[in-house]
Amino acid sequence: MPDPGFVKEIRRLDGVVIRFAGDSGDGMQLTGDRFTQESAVFGNDLVTLPNFPAEIRAPQGTLPGVSSFQVHIADHDVLTPGDAPDVLVAMNPAALRANLGDLPKGAVVIVDTHDFTARNLAKAGYAESPLEEDAGGSGRPGEGPLADYQVHPVDLTGMTVTAVKEFGLSRKDAARAKNMFALGLVSWMYGRPTDPTTAFLERRFAKAPAIRDANITAFKAGWAFGETTEAFTSSYEIRPAPMSPGSYRNITGNLALAYGLVAAGVRSGLPVFLGSYPITPASDILHELSKHKAFGVTTFQAEDEIAGVGAALGASFAGSLGVTTTSGPGIALKSETIGLAVALELPLLIVDVQRGGPSTGLPTKTEQADLLQAMYGRNGEAPVPIVAPATPGDCFDAALEAARIAVTYRTPVMLLSDGYLANGSEPWRIPEITELPTIDPGFATDPNHVSTSSPDGQPDEFWPYLRDDETLARPWALPGTPGLEHRVGGLEKGEGHGNISYDPANHDHMVRTRAAKVQRVADSLPPLEVDDPADDAGPAGLLVVGWGSTYGPITAAVRQVRRAGYRVAQLHLRHLNPFPNDLGDILRRYDKVLVPEMNLGQLSRLLRAEYLVDAVGFNVVRGLPIRAAELADVIGQFVKEES
Amino acid sequence: MTTDLTDLGLPELRSGVELVPSQDGPQSAKEYTSDQEVRWCPGCGDYAVLKAVQGFLPDLGLRRENIVFVSGIGCSSRFPYYLDTYGMHSIHGRAPAIATGLATARPDLSVWVVTGDGDALSIGGNHLIHALRRNVNLTILLFNNRIYGLTKGQYSPTSETGKITKSTPMGSIDHPFNPVSLALGAEATFVARTIDSDRKHLTSVLTAAAAHRGAALVEIYQNCPIFNDGAYDDLKGADAGQRLVRLEPGLEVTVDGQTWQHDPHAEDPSAQFALSRLETPVPVGIFRQVQRPTYDDLARHQVTTAQAATDGTPEERLARLLGAGDTWTVL
Repeated sequence: MPDPGFVKEIRRLDGVVIRFAGDSGDGMQLTGDRFTQESAVFGNDLVTLPNFPAEIRAPQGTLPGVSSFQVHIADHDVLTPGDAPDVLVAMNPAALRANLGDLPKGAVVIVDTHDFTARNLAKAGYAESPLEEDAGGSGRPGEGPLADYQVHPVDLTGMTVTAVKEFGLSRKDAARAKNMFALGLVSWMYGRPTDPTTAFLERRFAKAPAIRDANITAFKAGWAFGETTEAFTSSYEIRPAPMSPGSYRNITGNLALAYGLVAAGVRSGLPVFLGSYPITPASDILHELSKHKAFGVTTFQAEDEIAGVGAALGASFAGSLGVTTTSGPGIALKSETIGLAVALELPLLIVDVQRGGPSTGLPTKTEQADLLQAMYGRNGEAPVPIVAPATPGDCFDAALEAARIAVTYRTPVMLLSDGYLANGSEPWRIPEITELPTIDPGFATDPNHVSTSSPDGQPDEFWPYLRDDETLARPWALPGTPGLEHRVGGLEKGEGHGNISYDPANHDHMVRTRAAKVQRVADSLPPLEVDDPADDAGPAGLLVVGWGSTYGPITAAVRQVRRAGYRVAQLHLRHLNPFPNDLGDILRRYDKVLVPEMNLGQLSRLLRAEYLVDAVGFNVVRGLPIRAAELADVIGQFVKEES
Repeated sequence: MTTDLTDLGLPELRSGVELVPSQDGPQSAKEYTSDQEVRWCPGCGDYAVLKAVQGFLPDLGLRRENIVFVSGIGCSSRFPYYLDTYGMHSIHGRAPAIATGLATARPDLSVWVVTGDGDALSIGGNHLIHALRRNVNLTILLFNNRIYGLTKGQYSPTSETGKITKSTPMGSIDHPFNPVSLALGAEATFVARTIDSDRKHLTSVLTAAAAHRGAALVEIYQNCPIFNDGAYDDLKGADAGQRLVRLEPGLEVTVDGQTWQHDPHAEDPSAQFALSRLETPVPVGIFRQVQRPTYDDLARHQVTTAQAATDGTPEERLARLLGAGDTWTVL
């Protein structure tokens, strides 16, 4: 029994990075997600990084089967899930071994000792238990593999089974609540509110009272264990982060993107039609949209990627907002249809949640290597506007922006998310609906051209390729509109009348016009915002340019370099095609341009080609977000060279 | 888990064009003829089919603007350019997929797919069988000339084995598809076969296909005078009677010594399939014509059911959606 007079110390931290790691079946994603929700409701700023194998259930207890969830919570705005965890919760030997290398010295390690059996140790490649003080062959205490860490060996499973005995579950089912015990313990350590998780468990297991009660009991037992055991001498306080006023929720990129598509339907008045084929890491958008039929959303799970985009394009011809969602391999298959959409000049949204490539690559890991595919991956001159969100919450706005461009310019638009944005989450300020842009489909309803036989000089026929002077967009005339019957197709069309044309001059004109139309999108963009702490001496010497999900790590690295007393400017691009009109002038203002990307230099290549600037890449393709500290070192080298 | 689809409260829809607005007053073939010059080879069977379709569409009594023809790639896929309706000449093999989106998005359209043996059965085979199994409300005209015409004469997936073509100088070695058997295997609800040169039969089959609610596949034997001339000559002319059998409900048919009365409405497709294997005589007409809820009707029904179960303006509902779940307020 603890001493009744024993009062634990509460220490204040400005932030912490926690990683929950276990077997694929241990419920680590759920555990991390609950801790995240608790922290979000508490008011911390946060960024998450789920990391799981492509196999649904890799062999139990093995290194390939380890699944983890990392969350960075803080009392200030955070930009990354953290380069390295301060706290690791490891549910078995494999989870310990797989994650140990990422820990800095002094990190806290909470280990479920229950699974440290000879068999499980062997599966993880341990000859002897690393929990033994003299493990590692030296035979000397204090020199084992865990010597550098604050290790808390706890029989989480055993205590869970004891705590939930009264509910009469099988031993296996009882042990499954161990993740909630671990969550309870860590929730105590960081003073998290418990109500959201109890309420969640009540909802989730409403139909299985014994499981519900066992999970809630395990969760509370974990909390109580932390409070009473002498193994943990203090808990920590991380105060809420200041945020602008408003109503917030925590949101993942895929959910925000799906909501953005629903919002695009509401704000345009168009029914949304999603044609999609399941693919990691994009499937959650299909799942989510299939729940929102009440918004007039139709979801079509097609026979393949090609049919998914084909049906979406057919629906666009019919007057819907056609959308297809996929990942890189799916884009490869959809290319011909996207080219058709370029020729038909119809609105179409193509969402590419990028993952590691080439080929099947790393399905559950992140990468940014589809930019050039989005840009050029079609036959002929087939330009397509490209929009990329910067953070999970930004996927909502990016989806609306992509829809605006698609509908206004009658063009397919690529939306480049990635696996990190898709599954990662952050607090998101819920927008007021009236703040959201409106999108005007502006359907054609009347003839637009005067034929030679017009009796009164008024338009009496419909030309499907007569363009709007400002946007160069062609009219969108829906089947069912009398008098506007017309044929579209993949063969080259004559400008204006839209009939098949093999005329050389017309083809040259049409190729240039389609390119000019996409270029016109740039005229609708706001000026770029460069974050440059310029002073009397002028702008900084180095500009760091990024796009997509590298926003967090780049911003964190830039801040780190500035804190060290150096000047560096930052620019993040949302529009990759066309580039904003002022980009060239901005790039030329700086002596050096650094482009960090999770590919081998795709944006940097485009910038060099377009603006003849000596953009230098910092390229990492590990399937994980760029580490801010690593990037800060690189930026530091650049700014030191110049000073 | 499954949901019982048998009692969906779907309104009884019997006709393929039930929800398509109708036209008051007569229409003419001329109104359905676009101003584009037809550019098939002289003597091509496609001319006859085009004439028949232009002649028969006015009889459907639909508003012309509510008819859409979607095609893939190949000689026959130029078809939409010559009809003054809405149309899309799409990409190779994908017309059934594009038409699925179109038909699902709009119940008020009569959607037609024009395709060939290469387009539908080679590059687009996957989309064809899935459109048929889903029973999307489409009328699919499959022009079968047993050859690749537009690419100048390679064998097709319906070419007979041993065919000498540009790409098979020693004879083709692929076993051909029988389109009617394939469609029946995919559990299509309407399957028929007709011949380009027999306008009366073609029109009657197309009329039945248009009236069918669900995916209707019509194989049209079509002559390519340039690369596969005379492929169907045996079935044409005065003495064709012996080699051709025109299917009618109740017609007594004998296959492999077994005799029965043809029933296109039989749910079990076994007898219809057996009939589709017959090569002498070749059956033409309707093999199968049964009712099953269509994909597009079911998809729209799920949407309208969900819409009926909700209240408020779309903006109010969007605000509720975005504000759901665990939220907190910063003052």
